[in-house]
Amino acid sequence: MDLWNLRPVTLPAELETLRRDIRAFLGAELAAGRFTPRCDQWLGGWDASFSRRLGERGWIGMAFPEQYGGRQAGALARFVVTEELLAAGAPVAAHWIADRQTGPGLLRFGTEEQKHTYLPGIARGERFFAVGLSEPDTGSDLASVRTRATRVVDGWRLSGTKVWTSGAHHAQTLVVLARTAAPAADRHAGLGQFIIDLPHPAVQIRPIRLLTGEHHFNEVVLDEVFVPDARVLGEPGDGWHQVTHELAMERSGPERILSTFPLLAVATESLAAAGRLGERCALGSVVARLWALRQMSLAVAGRLEAGGVPAVEAAAVKDLGTRFENTVIDCVRMLTQVEPDPGATDELPRMLAEAVLHSPGFTLRGGTNEILRGVIARQLGVR
Amino acid sequence: MNDIIEALDASVRSVCGKYGADDEALRRTDGWNPSLWSALESIGVTTLSVPEEYGGSGGDVVTAVAVLEVLGEYAAAVPFAETALLAGRLLAGCGVQVPPGPLAAIVAGPELQVQPTVGGVQMSGVARRVPWARAAEHLVVLAEDQVILLRRAEGLVAQGTNIAGEPRDDVAFDCTVPAERVYWLRGEPQRVLREQRLRTTLARAALIAGAARRALELTVAYAGEREQFGRPIKKFQAVQQHLAAMAGEVLLTKIAVEAAAVAVDTDSGAEVAVAAAKTVAGQAAGLVASLAHQIHGALGYTEEHPLRHSTTRLWAWRDEAGNEAACSAVLDQHVLAAGKGGLWPLISGAAYVPVPTKESR
Ligand SMILES: Cc1cc2nc3c(=O)[nH]c(=O)nc-3n(C[C@H](O)[C@H](O)[C@H](O)COP(=O)(O)OP(=O)(O)OC[C@H]3O[C@@H](n4cnc5c(N)ncnc54)[C@H](O)[C@@H]3O)c2cc1C
Repeated sequence: MDLWNLRPVTLPAELETLRRDIRAFLGAELAAGRFTPRCDQWLGGWDASFSRRLGERGWIGMAFPEQYGGRQAGALARFVVTEELLAAGAPVAAHWIADRQTGPGLLRFGTEEQKHTYLPGIARGERFFAVGLSEPDTGSDLASVRTRATRVVDGWRLSGTKVWTSGAHHAQTLVVLARTAAPAADRHAGLGQFIIDLPHPAVQIRPIRLLTGEHHFNEVVLDEVFVPDARVLGEPGDGWHQVTHELAMERSGPERILSTFPLLAVATESLAAAGRLGERCALGSVVARLWALRQMSLAVAGRLEAGGVPAVEAAAVKDLGTRFENTVIDCVRMLTQVEPDPGATDELPRMLAEAVLHSPGFTLRGGTNEILRGVIARQLGVR
Repeated sequence: MNDIIEALDASVRSVCGKYGADDEALRRTDGWNPSLWSALESIGVTTLSVPEEYGGSGGDVVTAVAVLEVLGEYAAAVPFAETALLAGRLLAGCGVQVPPGPLAAIVAGPELQVQPTVGGVQMSGVARRVPWARAAEHLVVLAEDQVILLRRAEGLVAQGTNIAGEPRDDVAFDCTVPAERVYWLRGEPQRVLREQRLRTTLARAALIAGAARRALELTVAYAGEREQFGRPIKKFQAVQQHLAAMAGEVLLTKIAVEAAAVAVDTDSGAEVAVAAAKTVAGQAAGLVASLAHQIHGALGYTEEHPLRHSTTRLWAWRDEAGNEAACSAVLDQHVLAAGKGGLWPLISGAAYVPVPTKESR
């Protein structure tokens, strides 16, 4: 079981300098009232100007080579930046998908022209992406997508319906997974990813509201959308490999642990003020797990930086981490006995409401926990 | 894994494979495994983390923890943590040569009095549940700013065990120890005590990491062998999900323990790290032991089955050197002191930088 080769990582000193810089930046932003800390901001906190300010400082697309607007920083540098942003509850949704998966995907699989076209804009915090994988009949079983890509002169025509497409109503670019060939014995063959700039006359985007009424994700209908050859990502039949690679890499980040951190911090403050800490060990045990989960997430980032593909370890982080986020909510509820209130001016009831209302997404997005445990079980040799 | 640790891991594994598993031998020799101990001694493992100038074989806490993980896996009945990490380092901390043979470590509490007397110290009272006391050649007692080296026979050992059958003996003292075996600490006593406690707790957490891994491995293997309803039980999704949940906990514990070892070596955030690691290890111990038994069915609940070597130790060790409640309470105190702005630095291990205000910019 090569799971056991995962080792803890000690961050090099220069990254602690980076951490100080980003903390100072966040402190200044907060002091100037330019954002309000909230839970789960990588889903809900769309703020293009905040993303641009991060881009100006070189904190988006950090891993890109310099010719594409990056600084060739490694996975650990990105880890430090993202964990600081999440811990502060900063609004990072706009660039999140581009920074985390589409950018790295383009860098790995894209053509030179695609890299020059898209990566510098991502790094500046100006170009935002949405990802169209899921469909009405396709969820966990991603290979069952039905959106069709038909070969035409100089390109492809795409038709089909995508759902749950996060941020498609704001993003300038959409990447769509579609079938380039009828399903054969190998269900994973004959899939491709296509890049579509938005808005597009043949692409209709309609809101699907979250149970809170928030407009976050969308239904995206593609009606004979022409995609030129130059906008196919990598090889037309290579889509499965691309998507699973991206998914595996996106699973272990600190966002799988820290969506509810702002709530935990505020609850701590409130309990301390009321002199009610230390009377029980519940908070300590949550903090213990958070500390350990962060070490595990960091260890996976270290593996990534070393060029490894720790997909199973990443699945374990996401399974443990997302269940932990729900534990945080219950711990805060039990200790503070505050009623969640999305409209409250007080931070504690407001953040508790944000966390509770966003909690169903934690264990679904990016692969459900049941699927993740299946990935781990396969590694254990029992599937 | 660095090369030294990798090589060490392999050699400790091979020695444990050869001398570790014979349960009968353990029963004959009073609850511990002297042949495994000699084998470990001959490969220079038993004084790891004790500096060479004091008779140890050098190395850091990270290295000792790597060995403890393997020993935990094999349920090895030897006082390694006590000899190397605890007693050995106490003696080295006084600038004293560590004597050969297994050692037990004692921190004098309210029940044990140490009084200066002509030519040495007078010791009276009792130390309770001392790990491996009956196996030790020497007992090393930390009493405020002094470290006292006793031969085992100078104490009266009343045998006790933990629920895994490992020696946890009460030792009664009524003796005078000559001054040449009473040493003064070089470091600040409070600090030495604190570090001793951290290493004690970390050692138990590291053993848990190993035992939990063994319990998982036994369970994965069994789920592939045992058939019901015409197929191996590992084919049932409910069983797969249990196994995956166990694996997640085991990996989390391993990383937490190894990261805490780094924190102890570098003395950065060690108290938080060790408390967190032991809390997580204790949580994992409970979950892993119960799911391992669930999947093994009645067979795993028998004396013949080796699973109990791992699970009884998980149950024992989670309550030794501070259980989840005690370690969480330590964290509670840190969290209380840190407050809202300090919580994240506490977790990320980086010094707290206060948010600059408009005036200070
Ligand atoms: C907030 C949010 C944002 C999202 N953003 C995007 C986006 O931007 N782009 C995009 O393409 N998608 C997005 N998604 C969709 C997400 O990827 C899917 O929700 C996820 O893959 C699960 O698919 P499903 O919801 O159809 O559930 P289903 O796959 O239908 O699963 C239903 C239940 O059955 C279980 N199940 C299914 N198969 C198995 C199995 N083999 N074994 C055991 N249990 C099984 C699941 O675990 C789950 O409990 C988003 C989802 C959320 C919640």
